[in-house]
Amino acid sequence: MKTPVSTRIIPWLVVAACAWWVVAALWPPRNSGAFDTDGFARLPVLLKGRLQPLDSVARNSLLIIRGKQSVALPHGGSLSPTDWLLEVTMKPELADKLPIFRVDHPELRGLLRLPPTGSMDVSYADLEPQLAEIDKQARHADSVDAAARSTFDKAVLKLGSGLIVYQRLKNSLRPESADDFHAEVAAFQEALAPGMEAAGLRDKKKPFDEAALRRLAGLVQRYQALADEAYPLVIPPTHPGMRRDDWMNIGSALLTALQTGQVPPAVMDYATMVSAYRQNKPAEFNQAVASYRALLAGKFTPELRKGDREFVFNCWSPFIKSTTLYLLVFLLGCGSWFGWFRLLNRTGFYLLALAFAVHTAGVVFRMVLEGRPPVTNLYSSAVFVGWGAVLLGLILERVYRDSIGLVMASAIGFLTQIIAHNLSLDGEDTMGMLRAVLDTNFWLATHVITVTLGYSATFVAGFLAMVYVLRGFFTRSLTATTARTLTRMVYGIVCFATLFSFTGTILGGIWADQSWGRFWGWDPKENGALLIVLWNAIILHARWGGLVRERGMMNLALFGNIVTSFSWFGVNMLGVGLHSYGFMESAFIWLMVFIATQLALIGLGLLPDQYWASFRARTPATGSAPLPAGAPAASKT
Amino acid sequence: MLLDRTVRFLASLRLTVVCLAFAIVLVFAGTMAQVDQGIYAVQANYFRSLFVRWPVPHTGWSIPVLPGGYLVGGVLLVNLLFAHFKRFGLRWNKTGLLMIHFGLILLLLGQLATDLLQRESTMLLAKGQTKNYSEDMRLNELAITDTTDAKNDQVVAIPEKMLANGGEIRHPALPFTVKVINYWPNCRLFTNAVPGSVPVTATQGVGAALHVLTEPPATGMDDRSLPGAVVELIGPRGPLGTWLVSAMLGARQPFVFDNHNYTIALRPARYEQPFSLTLLEPRHDVYAGTDIPKNFSSRVRLRRPDTGEDREVVIRMNNPLRYGGLTFYQYQMAAESPEHTSTLQVVRNPGWLTPYLSCALIFVGLLVQFLIHLIGFVKRRKPSEA
Repeated sequence: MKTPVSTRIIPWLVVAACAWWVVAALWPPRNSGAFDTDGFARLPVLLKGRLQPLDSVARNSLLIIRGKQSVALPHGGSLSPTDWLLEVTMKPELADKLPIFRVDHPELRGLLRLPPTGSMDVSYADLEPQLAEIDKQARHADSVDAAARSTFDKAVLKLGSGLIVYQRLKNSLRPESADDFHAEVAAFQEALAPGMEAAGLRDKKKPFDEAALRRLAGLVQRYQALADEAYPLVIPPTHPGMRRDDWMNIGSALLTALQTGQVPPAVMDYATMVSAYRQNKPAEFNQAVASYRALLAGKFTPELRKGDREFVFNCWSPFIKSTTLYLLVFLLGCGSWFGWFRLLNRTGFYLLALAFAVHTAGVVFRMVLEGRPPVTNLYSSAVFVGWGAVLLGLILERVYRDSIGLVMASAIGFLTQIIAHNLSLDGEDTMGMLRAVLDTNFWLATHVITVTLGYSATFVAGFLAMVYVLRGFFTRSLTATTARTLTRMVYGIVCFATLFSFTGTILGGIWADQSWGRFWGWDPKENGALLIVLWNAIILHARWGGLVRERGMMNLALFGNIVTSFSWFGVNMLGVGLHSYGFMESAFIWLMVFIATQLALIGLGLLPDQYWASFRARTPATGSAPLPAGAPAASKT
Repeated sequence: MLLDRTVRFLASLRLTVVCLAFAIVLVFAGTMAQVDQGIYAVQANYFRSLFVRWPVPHTGWSIPVLPGGYLVGGVLLVNLLFAHFKRFGLRWNKTGLLMIHFGLILLLLGQLATDLLQRESTMLLAKGQTKNYSEDMRLNELAITDTTDAKNDQVVAIPEKMLANGGEIRHPALPFTVKVINYWPNCRLFTNAVPGSVPVTATQGVGAALHVLTEPPATGMDDRSLPGAVVELIGPRGPLGTWLVSAMLGARQPFVFDNHNYTIALRPARYEQPFSLTLLEPRHDVYAGTDIPKNFSSRVRLRRPDTGEDREVVIRMNNPLRYGGLTFYQYQMAAESPEHTSTLQVVRNPGWLTPYLSCALIFVGLLVQFLIHLIGFVKRRKPSEA
């Protein structure tokens, strides 16, 4: 049969449009105003042991403060993370009025004398009169055992930690009270020599210039306070003899001038940026950014490049793009079962390939930024589970061309990206440094990847079974051929899942043997992995032994979804064991919802043939059903 | 006939599936039980047992409710062996299965061997300190030491189990008999009476003025029970007195008998080695500007007098020292504390290689079987496409 021209051309047009949308975003946005805010956003700093651009500092701080990466302005529009950071650090009188703190706990609102209804977002200025009270309540909540904290305790702790980050950010590039920081630093530089001389004379009990000493001492005290408060370490270790990661915050960098007699040039550049921004002088601001970049170039070129790359990654946000594409593919795939099969299937397949390419690019980009294998924490495991499932879906679709691979892959891809996105809102940096035991690329690259691919494959089998039950029960589209194909797919995928989950589990045991001295300790995370292996083994053996056939295997595969989600998330909620990530309540509710849906599907899967739309269509009226075909349908209504 | 049916049953896939199902229930229940029972108790009750027992409240009985790890594993093992003799034989398309199952048998047996033979202990070293022994994490011993010869202590160590059995204990190297008056598996000591405590009946040593409060045995992963006992020493000319010994009392209690100086103490059971380790430098690296630990490591000096070995070794996270049939892991670290201590975990596990072997075997087996299926699948598809 000849393919119509439209069926050949339209898919390519759609893919080209989407590819353009994806690739165009790689060129980061230009500065919206006269200030070179992008240049500022790219500047590398060290925070929580990790080198990152100021843009990431802004984004991660916003996540801690409000669980979102953007700031909505009170009169419409929004502020980019970097623009917000510029205001907080340089014009806090503006930032203080932005409603960025989310206070929605009724008791907390009552405590803070906020109206029970109305906007849940409040500004620092609104909270300022209550800071002492918040601090008192947060201290109390902190003293309560984590498991015993009430929702009020948690709300007040979250607000308290957000406020601390906010106050520290305000003092990160200058003391909050400095109006013209550039002039102040210049005055400090001038006060250094006479002040030091006076101090030297005083120590030798000789006459000294008291005013010069007092002037210097006042500033030193101010910068000592600044050193305690400032949040990111923004000044690079330029002095000889310092280690490469000995970055300093602005306060401690100013204090080094007491030894060297010279304010570090990097501090001067930041001070110029601050004053120029405050006095609305874009040319001077841009000049200072350029001068600072020139200062870093050479010895700190890798750091500069890291800042640039991560900034591009942040702006590109490949995972949000692939999520959108997955949604599109899902709709196309489902639509293709109801008409225009070739057109929709082909468009969907090309788009899935594009989405997968974007997803892969995102994973690789992160690997380069982190210098790590793809899975290092729960967030990246969600990204990778989706990646593995989409890869399998692409292969299945390439072999069978029946849209089943499309629907399954895009559904898992979409859901795992949503899970990852929500995990990233948790307030933890998704590229955070790894604690001692995990600091091993070898085991992360072997054990973690194989186990995660095992999760992917088990979910793929489970989602294929979902397609089987949903199509078979609710539509007439599950033909005998499709059902056989699905069964063969599930069987193959379960074999694949067994291979990976088993190998991954054993590798985990070997890692445990290397780091804790025992191969197997019945730790919850280990047990979770073992459950997946055992479950896949049951499916295979039940099938070989003829204990289950088509429908039985689908139901077993559906239950595999429950086993895998328990092993992936459930065990982290037990709060015991060496591996636990911490308690996640809202995730717990979603896990229960997911398990309930799977149980419901298994319930459908257990219903006799005559309730299934597809099988009813297939069985002749005088078929082998124990009851006349019409009877159950009649009794149901 | 009956034999035939039994063999067929033992070799059946149905039995495999039933065993796997029981294994899943067991692992799941054993995971959930850890929330309130502690990992150590769960290991013993669920996985290292023939039956999982449930204590019926208020009766003191415990009834078996589930087959335990040993039973499920054992039946699976039998099932596997029978299946091979009865059903598979040696056919090329079953080589993968054969390797997988042989690997599984090796893994199960290896874990059984580990359960029975593995011994875990710890070695706590302060900077500069040398030790030639490690201490058990749970077992204790009553050590009676003759310290008369300042250069050479003579130690008689009585395992805690013998104290628990009670009665009188004699040892040829001891000129007196040890009689157990009281034994508590887990107890706290107080200088003043607290609710529920009883005064100690010791007449000698530090215990005479203390009060003891008994507690249920510790179950947590890192908790340990602190046993205590009151023992009476009886010489040929009559009793010497009674002493309180407890794991909570660090110090050894001295006494004199027949012009010999002795000390008595209940201490963690010791395992002596023919070599010694000296802690040279404990290190606790953190990421710049944070207190997130990046790495823990201990540089130690390993000396073995009988072979003249003398070298330095670095023990790090994920990088243990294997020596003399033992493995030394970096366990805990207090490099910042004034004592600069580092704790090494010392494991003796003669079966440590079996998981590595079985892993390789099973992985290759799964790969072979997977490929056989894939080739078959592709071959089957080819004609249908044409």
